[in-house]
Amino acid sequence: MENDEITSVVLVGVGGQGILLASEVMATAAALAGFEVKTNEVHGMAQRGGSVIAQIRYGQQVFSPLVAEGTARVIGALEQVEGLRYHPYLAEGGFAVVSQQAIVPVSVSAGQSKYPQDLQPRLGEVYPRLAWVDVQQAAEDIGNPKVANMVVLGAMSTELDLPSAVWEQAISQCVKPEFLDSNLMAFVIGRSLV
Amino acid sequence: MKKLLSGNEAIARGAYEAGVVVATGYPGTPSTEILENISHYKDQIYCEWSPNEKVAFEVAVGACLTGARCVVTMKHVGLNVAADPLMTLSYIGVEGGFIACVADDPGMHSSQNEQDTRHFARFAKIPVFEPADSQEAKDFIQLAIDISEKYRTPVILRTTTRVSHSRSSVVEGERQESPRAIGFEKNPSRHVPIPVWGRKMRVEVEERLALLAQEACQSSANRIEWKDRSLGIIAAGVAYQYVREAFPDASVLKLGWAYPFPDQLLQEFADGVDSLLVVEELENFLEEHIKAMGIACDGKNVVPTIGELSTERLLEVKARLNGEQITSLAAEAQVDISDLPMRPPVLCSGCPHRGVFYGLTKFDVVVTGDIGCYSLGVFPPLNRTDVILCMGGGISMAHGIERAGEPRKVVGIVGDSTFFHSGVTGLLDIVYNRGASTIIVVDNRTTAMTGHQDHPGTGRTLMGEATKKVSIEAIGRACGMEHVVRIDPYDVKNTQAVFKQALESDEPWLIISEGPCVLKERALQGPRLQVDAEKCIQCGKCLKLGCPAIEGLEATPHVDFYQCTGCRLCAQVCPVDAFVAAEESDHGK
Repeated sequence: MENDEITSVVLVGVGGQGILLASEVMATAAALAGFEVKTNEVHGMAQRGGSVIAQIRYGQQVFSPLVAEGTARVIGALEQVEGLRYHPYLAEGGFAVVSQQAIVPVSVSAGQSKYPQDLQPRLGEVYPRLAWVDVQQAAEDIGNPKVANMVVLGAMSTELDLPSAVWEQAISQCVKPEFLDSNLMAFVIGRSLV
Repeated sequence: MKKLLSGNEAIARGAYEAGVVVATGYPGTPSTEILENISHYKDQIYCEWSPNEKVAFEVAVGACLTGARCVVTMKHVGLNVAADPLMTLSYIGVEGGFIACVADDPGMHSSQNEQDTRHFARFAKIPVFEPADSQEAKDFIQLAIDISEKYRTPVILRTTTRVSHSRSSVVEGERQESPRAIGFEKNPSRHVPIPVWGRKMRVEVEERLALLAQEACQSSANRIEWKDRSLGIIAAGVAYQYVREAFPDASVLKLGWAYPFPDQLLQEFADGVDSLLVVEELENFLEEHIKAMGIACDGKNVVPTIGELSTERLLEVKARLNGEQITSLAAEAQVDISDLPMRPPVLCSGCPHRGVFYGLTKFDVVVTGDIGCYSLGVFPPLNRTDVILCMGGGISMAHGIERAGEPRKVVGIVGDSTFFHSGVTGLLDIVYNRGASTIIVVDNRTTAMTGHQDHPGTGRTLMGEATKKVSIEAIGRACGMEHVVRIDPYDVKNTQAVFKQALESDEPWLIISEGPCVLKERALQGPRLQVDAEKCIQCGKCLKLGCPAIEGLEATPHVDFYQCTGCRLCAQVCPVDAFVAAEESDHGK
């Protein structure tokens, strides 16, 4: 049902992981490549350590800023449980990048629920094309734990038809100059992980 | 030049281009970034965060009566607070263009209710504009200023979360200053609605409404897209975008200016199609009127009233209309994910509010909460908020519960920004009417939940100037509170001791918990901690803090190095001193 001309992407994770910045970079890259872009993010209450989704759509003409379930070409998850929670968004044949990072919700620590220990096989089941990446290790190697978002974005970019020059330009536009090098490095490492 | 802007950024740009010179507001998701972005134009636009929406509205009214073009920004529930000036400004009318930018939150992403601001436009008998994307958000500001000045009417620009927080491309233009010089012209019969003049204004409101309805029929904000005429759809705001995707072949009447209702346009469109469907988010505002015109249509019989719309929900509407099976786009037979742990928002690790809520877990009291980050104290394991109503309600409701004869002691919790917003009058009430509630102001010196805006207690204005820091303690004493105590919420023992003293007293107490927002400060409060597994007796007491940095995955809790801020609450509740300084060398730089 999805218009073939439109590329939909979702980024998911936990509030505070840098989803909004990653979404901004992707939208900027698509705009620099000459596409019409629409994005959506949730601010406010949803950012305080809660489950977060950002949505990006680009193409020749885009109406809705929201990605419909079953239509995302790529899903990028900065956390395991969130990677599985939002799996219905991925289109058949789509590509998933899931960080191996686990962030235990307070509901688990409070004993109300359990953090599943079988996420890798379950993710493999729902995502036939899964990149299961040690994003955190990569970010720590760079020396900046906050760039996990760019590592995931780099991995996701391998599946999107945007020239690599626009990604670099988009990161330069969206990231503060003092963090530019580590973010660019994270993006390049992310690309090499898949 | 084209730029990718959020709806809120586009409104700010629109205000700049339309020659706005005064902008006021109170933060509230999803409206906050409008005024934040307007402040980037502070060389041309005076802007301020006012203590609450009513004040913000009245400041903007005063400014507009001098001929200044003004915007005032707020979320939907903020307009409830500003409803009093709104209703009579409609009578007095404006001199410079006046727009109330009000953001609704269908789906309640960050709100306590799901009200539809279009009703306020009809209530106040003023026009409402509804952009469907960022370009329209910018363009409608200019249009709204023009209409406002032409008809001397205040105007509402209503957005929703998906317009305010979606990005799309915008073509920017130049700033056009108002030709009118600033200056208040004395004219009591026009500006003073005492009955003798107010009755005349009342008549003018109706005459203006009729003229506006005619203008709306001709407006560029409203347009018909003729396609297949077997089905015609009337849609406004972001719902239009979903309609275009779910019904690509249908004829559409897109309304950007839906009230006063453009009757001729509605009739023309209805006459041109075989069947009519009205698609609107939240209430049946348009549908009710269209049916009252004697036009048959589908609407809320097939389109949901509750929550947001989306392309998917409209595909379901389409299937329902055609009597077809509803199919999901998502691949079938996915794995069961019902076991996944929920992840609601939580108080951040290191949050000063945690010490207050943890302290309250030691007492059998009723806790009335308020609007802000501290509403998160309702979740387990803290579980220490029993009711939330509205801004300032945490104080007044406490008094009501106590006066009704509730056998337990009552504690009201309110944030610093909320206290300045509408907490002071509640406090006055408690003193005046001899109440005995304990009120805790959780003072983190910022408006945290909406992204750290300044307020009368921060010592800084939205213009970036240093200003007086208003003291909550001094206000409390000026209201007549005799027991006013400041506490350090990171001191577990003292916090509980002060609570005990207050709750054993028969008099009202004002406790001010002082600790800056950790998200704003972004500095470590002390050395990061880790659990010494040899010492830990696995009692689980630290887990009762609900700190996201302490992971209770295994019997011995684990502290996430990067989340820990070193606030040491856990170290104080641990009976065996198992929390020790973490080794930095294990974690890169």
